[in-house]
Amino acid sequence: MFKLLEGSQTLGRGRAFWSCFLIVLAGALTYPLFADSYDVGNFAYFLIWIFMALGLCLMWGYGGMLSFGQTLFFGIAGYSYGVLAINMGGGTATIAALVLSVVLAMIAAGILGYFMIWGGINGIFFGIVTLSATLVLAFFLGQTAGPEWHIGPARLNGFNGMKGMDPLTVGEFYVEGSALYYVMVALIVIVYLALRMLVNSSIGNVIVATRENPQRAEMLGYDVRKYQLLTFVIGSGLAGLSGALYTSWGQFITPSSIGLPAAAMPIVWVAFSGRSDLTATLVGSFLLLFGFQTITVYSQQAALVLMGALLLATVMLAPQGFVLGIGKLAADWWQARRRRSDVAEAGRLQPEES
Amino acid sequence: MSAEVFSVFYQFADVFAFLILSAAGLAIVFGMMGVINMAHGEFIMCGAYVTVGLVNLGVPLAIAQILAAVTAGLIGVLVEFLVVRRFYKRPLDSLLATWGLSLIVTQSMLLIVGSAVRGIGTPEGSFAIGGYTFSTYRLVLFACAVAVLAGLYVIFMKTRFGVIARATMQNAAMAKALGARTGRIYAISFGIGTGLAGLCGALYAPTMTLIPTMGATFVVESFVTVVIGGANVLLGTAPAAVFLAMIRMALNASYGQIIGQIGMLVAVILIIRVLPEGLSSVLVRRGR
Repeated sequence: MFKLLEGSQTLGRGRAFWSCFLIVLAGALTYPLFADSYDVGNFAYFLIWIFMALGLCLMWGYGGMLSFGQTLFFGIAGYSYGVLAINMGGGTATIAALVLSVVLAMIAAGILGYFMIWGGINGIFFGIVTLSATLVLAFFLGQTAGPEWHIGPARLNGFNGMKGMDPLTVGEFYVEGSALYYVMVALIVIVYLALRMLVNSSIGNVIVATRENPQRAEMLGYDVRKYQLLTFVIGSGLAGLSGALYTSWGQFITPSSIGLPAAAMPIVWVAFSGRSDLTATLVGSFLLLFGFQTITVYSQQAALVLMGALLLATVMLAPQGFVLGIGKLAADWWQARRRRSDVAEAGRLQPEES
Repeated sequence: MSAEVFSVFYQFADVFAFLILSAAGLAIVFGMMGVINMAHGEFIMCGAYVTVGLVNLGVPLAIAQILAAVTAGLIGVLVEFLVVRRFYKRPLDSLLATWGLSLIVTQSMLLIVGSAVRGIGTPEGSFAIGGYTFSTYRLVLFACAVAVLAGLYVIFMKTRFGVIARATMQNAAMAKALGARTGRIYAISFGIGTGLAGLCGALYAPTMTLIPTMGATFVVESFVTVVIGGANVLLGTAPAAVFLAMIRMALNASYGQIIGQIGMLVAVILIIRVLPEGLSSVLVRRGR
C-alpha cells in the first residue's frame, strides 16, 4: 500500500524527496517550541486553507473538473459546524460537529455533482454552475439577518455572521494555539499522503485517464461518471473540512467567506502553484497564503489586486504553474547532476528503488 | 382585471429585460466566440459608473448611457488586443485570465473610487393602471431589451459583417483562407459584446446602488441564460430568457426574491440534466 506513495501521478520520489519531506515535517513539528503563541496561531490559520487547495488540485489538476464552488462547500460545512456546535452544546460534541459538517458538505457535493456529471456538464459549464450555486448561497446567507433566521438557538445573522459556537473541544480542553497547530499538521500530513496514494492507485489512474480523454476511458470499460463524482465528493469534502476548521478556529463565519473574491482564492493558489501536482499545490498555496496575509495587513484590496495580477500572469506566462515549473527545473538539475556522478562512479543510470 | 394581467406582464417584462440585457453581450463573447469572459460583470459595472459620472457632470441621461456603452466597447477592444487574443485556442485559460482581470478591476475600483458613489434617481416617473402604479422606466428597459435582440439579429443575420463573423466563429482558418480578416472580426465581436455589457450597466445605473462589486449580481444571470440557451446563441438566448423569467417571476411573486433566485438555479440544474445541449438544440431539431 505504501508503494502507492510514489508513482507516475506525483512528482517527487526517491530518497532525496522524502528526506526533504521529513526535514520540513520535523521543522513544522518543532516550530511551536521556539515561536510565540500568536505566530503559531497564525500558522494554524494558514494551514486551514490547505485542505481546500488540495481538494481543488485533485478535482481540477487530476480530474479536469474546474469547480468554482469550493467556497460553497467551505460555507456549507462552516455554517453546519456553527449550527451543530451550538445546538449540540459544545464540549466533546464539537468533534462530532466537525465530522458531521464535513459529511454534510460531501452529501451536498454528491447531490450537485450527480446532477452536473450525469447531465453531461463538462469544462466551462461545470465552473459556471458551481459558481452560480456558490453565489446563490452567499446571497441567501446575506439575507438572513432577521431574528426569524435561526436553527435552534443558532442565529445566522446575515452579513454580520454567525458566532458563539465553541471551538474544537476535547472534554474540558480547548484545541487552540499550538494544540490546534499540531492537529492541523497531523491532518495535513494524513490528507497529503492519502491523496498521493489515491492518485497513484488504479482509481487515480482512471481519474487522470478521464481528464485526458473521457470517451477513451469510457471505451476502456470504466463508468467515468462514477469516478468523476467520487473526485468531486472528495475534493468538496476537503473544502468542507477547511470550512469547518475555519469556523472552529475563529468561532465565527460570515457570507463573505463564500462570495466571489473568496471563491477566487483557491483557484489562484492552485493555478499559481501548478495544478497537476499535489506537492506543488501544497507548497505554493502555503507560500501564497503567507504572502497574502502579509500584504493584507496593509490593505486587503491591494492584496486582492495582487492575487488577480498573479492569476493573469500565471495564465499568460506559465500556464502550468510557477511552483511546479520551478520544481521541475530543480528536479531536472538534480537528476542531471546525480546522473553525471553516477555515471562517473559506476555507470549505473537508474536511481535505486526505495 | 386588465390591471392584474398587465401587472403580471410588467413583472415578467422586468425580469426578462434584466436577463436579456445582462446576457446579450455574453451571448456573443461566450456563446459565439467561446471566450469565457468572467470580467463580463466588470464591463457592466464600467457602463454604470461612466453613466453616473457623466450625468453628475451634467450630461443628459440618454447621451450618457450611449457614451457609456461606447466606452465599454472600446475598453473591450483594448482588452481583446492585450489579453483575450491569446486564449482563443485555450478557452479554460481565458476563464482564469479574465477572472484575474475581474479581480484586479473590482478591487482597484474599491481602492480608488471607494464603495459609495452618489447615485442618480430613476427617471420618467410612473403611471397607474387600475389600483397599481408602475415605473415607466422599467418598460423603457423592456423596450431596450427587445431592441437589443432585434439589433443583434439584424447585425448577425442581415449584414455582410454578420455573415463573415459567423463564418469566422465556425471555422477561423477557413474564413481566413477566404480572405476574412479574422483578427479584426474577433476584436470587433468582442467589442460589441462588451459594449452591450456596458449598455446593460448604463441602463440599470439609475435603478441600483453603485458598488464596484455590482458585476457579480449580473454575471450569474447572464451565464445561466446563455448556458440554458445553448450553442445557437441567436436562437437560444431569447427563449431561455423567456423561460427563466417566467420561473423567476412566479417564484418572486409568491415567495420573494431569494426563493426566486434559488428556484432559478434549481431550474437551470434540472434543465441541463435533461437538455445538456441547451434549449436551442431542441428548437433547431424542431426547425428541421
